[in-house]
Amino acid sequence: MTSEAVLVEGARKRYGEKNALDGLDLAVGRGTVHGLLGPNGAGKTTTVRILATLLRHDEGLVRVAGHDVRTGAREVRRRIGLLGQHAALDEELGGRQNLEMFGRLHHLGARNAGARADELLERFGLADTGAKPVRQYSGGMRRRLDLAASLITEPEVLFLDEPTTGLDPRGRVEVWDSVRSLVGGGTTVLLTTQYLEEADQLADRISVVDRGRVVADGTPDQLKARVGADRIDVVVRDAARLDEAAGLLPVPRTEVGVDADRRRLSAPVTDRMATLAETVRALGAAGIEAEDIALRRPTLDEVFLHLTEREPARDEEVAA
Amino acid sequence: MSAAYVVSDCWTMTRRELAHWARQPVQVLVGLVFPVMMLLMFGYLVGGGRTVDGAYVDYLVPGMLTLTMVFGLEGTMTAVTRDLDKGVIDRFRSLPMADGAVLVGRAAADMLQSAVGLLVMVGVGHAIGWRAEGGLGAALGALGLLLLLRFAMLWIGIFLALVAGRAELVQAVQILVWPVGFLSNAFASPDSMPGWLGTVVEWNPMSATATAVRELFGNPGGEPGHVTAAVVWPVVLLVLFFPLAVRKFGRLGK
Repeated sequence: MTSEAVLVEGARKRYGEKNALDGLDLAVGRGTVHGLLGPNGAGKTTTVRILATLLRHDEGLVRVAGHDVRTGAREVRRRIGLLGQHAALDEELGGRQNLEMFGRLHHLGARNAGARADELLERFGLADTGAKPVRQYSGGMRRRLDLAASLITEPEVLFLDEPTTGLDPRGRVEVWDSVRSLVGGGTTVLLTTQYLEEADQLADRISVVDRGRVVADGTPDQLKARVGADRIDVVVRDAARLDEAAGLLPVPRTEVGVDADRRRLSAPVTDRMATLAETVRALGAAGIEAEDIALRRPTLDEVFLHLTEREPARDEEVAA
Repeated sequence: MSAAYVVSDCWTMTRRELAHWARQPVQVLVGLVFPVMMLLMFGYLVGGGRTVDGAYVDYLVPGMLTLTMVFGLEGTMTAVTRDLDKGVIDRFRSLPMADGAVLVGRAAADMLQSAVGLLVMVGVGHAIGWRAEGGLGAALGALGLLLLLRFAMLWIGIFLALVAGRAELVQAVQILVWPVGFLSNAFASPDSMPGWLGTVVEWNPMSATATAVRELFGNPGGEPGHVTAAVVWPVVLLVLFFPLAVRKFGRLGK
């Protein structure tokens, strides 16, 4: 028995000519939340589907909850929960019927399956709508029922594939709260996301995935330190004074990005408040009017640009 | 995995299909009414111009029963495709349930629906003057042959749905079922057709079942010795398509 809840070594998966996974490595400690962060097509969903025994990998070692997904698929299935990108529910049946059916298929027995269904409906605020067919549910309700369905047996390892994509901010916070309360109960969570903020909010560790490989790995703080700090964005009202304003920001001129179309300057900052105050002061003193000044986290695009431009694999490709 | 779990999983999946019926009674009703409508249309509107030995309704009812079994293919394909589309199959496949339970549930529900459909058709046939003259045992044998044909169609349907995967391709197959169904002796005797067409029709597995069923019901158009063919054809199709369907389902994750 390994100490890792999820262990992946050199996993490869090809679809025809395309390498969906190109030697992916991943280790997730028990009881932790691990984020897989990456853009569309990076291989996040492929990884989750392989871990959840829905897809077979071509090469490499993949173990979940101490069992090999190839030789011990049934053992793995008894210990995992899966929340996929699309609702994996029976649309015609009611919410309660869905949960009861999945409970029976987990071999809880008819009575326990029913009791568990009621318990989960209550917990996810769906008790009133348990009889309605799922196709009449809103997006957020469907997501919550789907999450409930993946928690029927209090799984050792829970996979969440972009759990908040398509949800409104309220739905997003609801899902985040659910995930946090699960982790308190000892469940290991592997979640994929395209949002740096989401990974930052939930994950103990983050693996950044690109083109089927992990290109960076660490705690959110470590990653942010590697990516560089937060950024300051300044939108200048008069386009003619954009360059002048760029020279006034309290950061080296070479680090200031200038977007002339949007009259916007963008630069990394280390000391957030001092930079903000100095920027306001300098622009005011020069009589340059700013439409907007904002401090923000780096976007995923910036993280990627930063992390991958040093990756030999991509450099070679650019050269070729 | 213990046998008790296998049985329980198969029952759970069958229950699911029955729950679908309870949720959508109108759809179930339409499914039962459609073949009855066909029977009445052919019996009263088209049948006036048909000539066979004896009353046309006695020739038609066994043919319609057979056609209904073949058209059951469409219902199976639609149901399997819908499951694949909706992603609920992913949930099933990530559960520690018995491997074949999803397909067993589908099979049990479709066979039950077809059996009910047959009884309804037999009742309506009776109401419009059709009679089984061959005795109860032979009549039950005829129903058995019809359900055997349906069972073969079931696995062809599952296989085609898994191969096609998409709703548009299912539609294409649904359209193709019609000429296959009509290129049989369901409505007319092959003797009345041009020579080559008559040969195609006689070799249609569906015709074997229709002829044997007519014989067992003691209706016109029956010929002795077709029962064997009506057993062999569906069994051959089953031997071919059952493993193909099961294999295809097992390889969904490849």
